Order: sequence, then structure tokens, then C-alpha cells
Amino acid sequence: MEALTRRPLPFLGSAWPWRSAAYLLGSVVPGVAAALTTAAAVRAGLVALPLGVLAGLAVLALSIPLVARFERLRLRLVDGVPVPDTPDRRRREAGLAVMTVLAMWWIDLIMLAFTVIGPLLLILTPVVQPDIVPIVSVVSCVAGVLLLPVAAYTITAWGGARGAMARAMLAPQSSELAEVLRSRARLVDAFEMERRRIERDLHDGAQQRLVSLSMSLGMARLDLPDDTPAGRLVGLAHDEAKQALAELRELIRGVHSQVLTDRGLAAAVHDVAGRSPVPVDVDVELPGRLPAPVEVTAYYVVSEALANVAKHSRATRAAVTGRVERGTLVVEVHDDGGGGADPGKGTGLTGLADRLAVVDGRLSLSSPVGGPTRVRMEIPCP
Amino acid sequence: MRVVIAEDAVLLREGLAGLLERFGHTVVAAVGDAPALVEAVAEHRPEAVVTDVRMPPGFTDEGLRAALELRDRHPDLAVLVLSQYVEQTYAAELLESGAGAGIGYLLKDRIGDVREFVDALDRVAAGGTVVDPEVVRQLLRRRRDPLARLTPREQEVLGLIAEGRSNASIAKELYVSDAAVAKHIANIFTKLDLPPAADGHRRVLAVLAYLRG
Repeated sequence: MEALTRRPLPFLGSAWPWRSAAYLLGSVVPGVAAALTTAAAVRAGLVALPLGVLAGLAVLALSIPLVARFERLRLRLVDGVPVPDTPDRRRREAGLAVMTVLAMWWIDLIMLAFTVIGPLLLILTPVVQPDIVPIVSVVSCVAGVLLLPVAAYTITAWGGARGAMARAMLAPQSSELAEVLRSRARLVDAFEMERRRIERDLHDGAQQRLVSLSMSLGMARLDLPDDTPAGRLVGLAHDEAKQALAELRELIRGVHSQVLTDRGLAAAVHDVAGRSPVPVDVDVELPGRLPAPVEVTAYYVVSEALANVAKHSRATRAAVTGRVERGTLVVEVHDDGGGGADPGKGTGLTGLADRLAVVDGRLSLSSPVGGPTRVRMEIPCP
Repeated sequence: MRVVIAEDAVLLREGLAGLLERFGHTVVAAVGDAPALVEAVAEHRPEAVVTDVRMPPGFTDEGLRAALELRDRHPDLAVLVLSQYVEQTYAAELLESGAGAGIGYLLKDRIGDVREFVDALDRVAAGGTVVDPEVVRQLLRRRRDPLARLTPREQEVLGLIAEGRSNASIAKELYVSDAAVAKHIANIFTKLDLPPAADGHRRVLAVLAYLRG
């Protein structure tokens, strides 16, 4: 179907019109089979009898696997992506087969006939109707030639639509999309688990050791006068250890917020706001704890939004509000800065929107040049 | 002073015990998780408890919850809670218990400044309130009313009160006279609408107002 959006010449030169035509022409096979079977039945005089109807249904049922297989095979002509298996595959194949045998084959053939045979007849006017006025015959000949490219479009369009229909019957699109969404959510969860593990390792390992080290150095300092060389060095080492501890604490907090895990979103937002260089007013009131993915995502977005406020906005004041309204968590971050935040300029706003999309959330941004900036996120929380 | 220590990292637990012993305190028990802490307090009836927030089995805030529970049972028990990171909610929850008397909340980093750390424990054991300067710093950045009514100098003084400092110690820190400190404190009490009462209690109330915003 995408081939239709190409420029006319590359499109007409491509294989797609031919592939579509071949796809539709494939309907001759079930068509001929159905026609022959029906004809044979009429011949045998079975049609009028209830037994005949039953026999017809039985033949239809028996033909289902064959037809389905044929449909899958020829779908490749117009659809390059393999059709995924679904749990209810048999039911879906049966549906497609019944539809093909009863209706689709003759619709396909009629489409093909009208679009191809029509122009062909026009072109062949001088041959089929030799007694017609020459000028008319030339005009219809030209018209026929001009109609051929149109036929290519019609055939490709129908072939594409027909293929999409077959695909939709074999595997609903939503099932693929849902699987992609689920796998994306799993990926994010895995990342979050990993960050948690790193945080725990740092907390249990390096951080405790550094506290111990700093304590030992502090004790050593008690016994060493500051004005001796050893005392000065120990003092230096002590200060370094304390500095390392402070830096490690910030690092660990960046990796994973323990406050978020322990006390939930409101406390974690207070915490991150307290560390912002721009003063932040926090007004977050939530009915207890929210699902973990919602909390983690909302916290991430608020942290990033506040980091943006500090980095880009030149604001003197910011505010975070958060409520759950009709099953949706709504969080807004405002600032009184210069505005002009542009998602296209790689300020990380697109990253936030992507992150929110994982939990079905939405991000909206209002940031006129001159300010103020307002970032609003909505996350459904069941 | 008789102290119980609860800390799950062995190295740190032993170090803390050594540190407190060195400053003349008696460590009657050093345990590694919250249930053991509650048991040790019931058994030894110490004057003070020093506990980590995050301990087994859940590694969330067991130590803090145990501390709050212990305060409920033994209102006279001094509790100093050590945290790997600053969390105002923890500080506020702690200070609510027993109106903040005999309560301390410090970053673990502060253990490194051994003398100040032991001083802080002494102040807590004497019924004082000690809040980590980092908590104070974060609060000052965020709070507006009624603290916005305080001048920067008064905010500074309130921050030092929150750390459990005496008037004399505040005067020394800020290079002003004791009288000037007393005047700042009186202004703070007025601006925070704290009723005249026992001075020590008003100090704690000021810190609470500070933490609640």
C-alpha cells in the first residue's frame, strides 16, 4: 500500500502493480475450484436436497486448511512481513477460508476484469470493432492506453486492501502492538530492577566501607595533633573520605530513589524538590501509594523537568502539583522562567514523552518564548 | 551512658561500638536488625539507641519504624537515627514522637566527624533535638510561609536550633553575642506564633514548625 504514495513513474516501474495483479489473479484457483464443485453438484442434482446443502458444507469444511494455506502463501506477494501465530489460529483461518470461497474470489476477479479488461478492450477497439469511425477508434485506443496506469493504481490499492484484510483476519493488529507494548514495559521494568540492584550494591558495599573509613580517620585524628605532618595528612584523607561519601550519596540517589520505594511519590517529589537549586513549591496529594511503574515514571519525569528548570529556564521559582483525578495521575511542573522550550531541540522532552508512553501516559508542554513554562503529564493508574 | 546500637553492616557496627566506648559510653548490645533491636532494648533498658534506618529483612525503613515503636513504649528513651540519605518525612515522623524531645536524625556521613557525632548523641540523650544540617538546608530552600517571615539571619539561627545547638554555641558559630542570639530566638518564637512556655519546649516546637512548613 505504501507503494501508492511513491511518485507515479517509480511506482509504475515497480513490481507492486504486477504483484498485486498476481495476488488478485490467485483468486482464480479457489474460484475455479468452487465453480467446478458447484457445477458438479448441480449436475448430480444434489442442490435441491437438504443432503446437498450438507455435502456442500462438508466440502467447504474440508477445503478450509487448503484454502487457508493458499491464502497465507499468496499473502506474501503483497505483504513482506510474516504473519505471527495467534492462539486462535484455526478459527481465524477458517473465517478467512469461508470468506474467500464464498465471496472474495469473485470480487477479486471482477475488480481485475473491470480494471484490466476495460482498458484493454478500448485499446483493441480497431480490432474488435473494425467497422467503427476511425477517429472514434483512435480516441478510444488512446483512452485505453491512458487508463492502463490508472488500472495499475486501482489494482495495487485493492490488492493492498485485500492483503491487509487477510492479515487482519489471520492476526489482529492489536495483538502485535500489544506484544510490542508489553515487551517495552518489560524492558523498562528490567532496567528499573537493575538500577535498584546497583543502588543496593553500592549502599551495602562502597558506602558502608567509606563511612567506616571516615570514622577510622576521624578517630585517628583525635590522637594526632593537627600541626604534625601525619596529623595534616590524616586530616586531608579524612576530608577526602567525607567528600567521596557526599559524592557517592548523590550518585546513588541518581541511580535509584530509595525514598520513592519506601514512601511513595509525594515524599520523593518533596525530596527531589528540596535538592533543586531553584526554590520549588510542592503540592502533591495522592490517595496512598500508586502502582510502582506509575510512581517510577512520574518521579523520573518530575526529576527531569526540575533539572531542565534549573539548567535552561532561568527561573526564580518553580512549583510541582500532583493529584489523581478520575483514575488518572496528573502532575504539573511550572516555572516562571524564560520559556521557549522546544521538544525538537533535544532538551530531553521527547525522551520524557517516550518514557511516559510506556505506561500509556501523555506529556503536554506549554512554553511560549518569554515564559512561563508548564509541563503536564497524565498517567492512567488503574 | 548505656547504649544499644543497631546496624546491619558488621564493620560499621563494630566501629560505632568502639567509637562510643572510647568516649566513655557503654555499648550494652550491638545488633544487626530491627527485631533484635526491640528485644535488646526490652532486655537491657538502655538510655539511648543508635539505629540505622535501612536494615534486614526488608532493607527499607525497618530501623526507623522500630525506633518509633520503641519511643511509643519507652517515651524516655533517647533515639538517634542514622540514615544513608536525607528524607524529611523520616525526620518529621521522628520528631512527632514525644514532641521531638530526645530525638536525633543524622546522615550516616556525620559519624566521620567523631567528636560532633558523640556530642550530638549526648544532646539527644539529654532530651535535646538534633536534625541533620542537610535536612535543614533543604527545608530552607523550599519553605515559604510562615518561615518566609523570618529574616535570613533568623532562618540561620533556627537552622542551628534544629541541630540541637545551645544559645552559646549558636553565638559562637555566628560570631555574635549571646544577647543577640536570644533576641533572634525571641523574634523567631513571635513570628512562628509560639506561645510563651518553657524555653526548651518552645525550641522543639520551632523546629517542628520548621519541619512541617
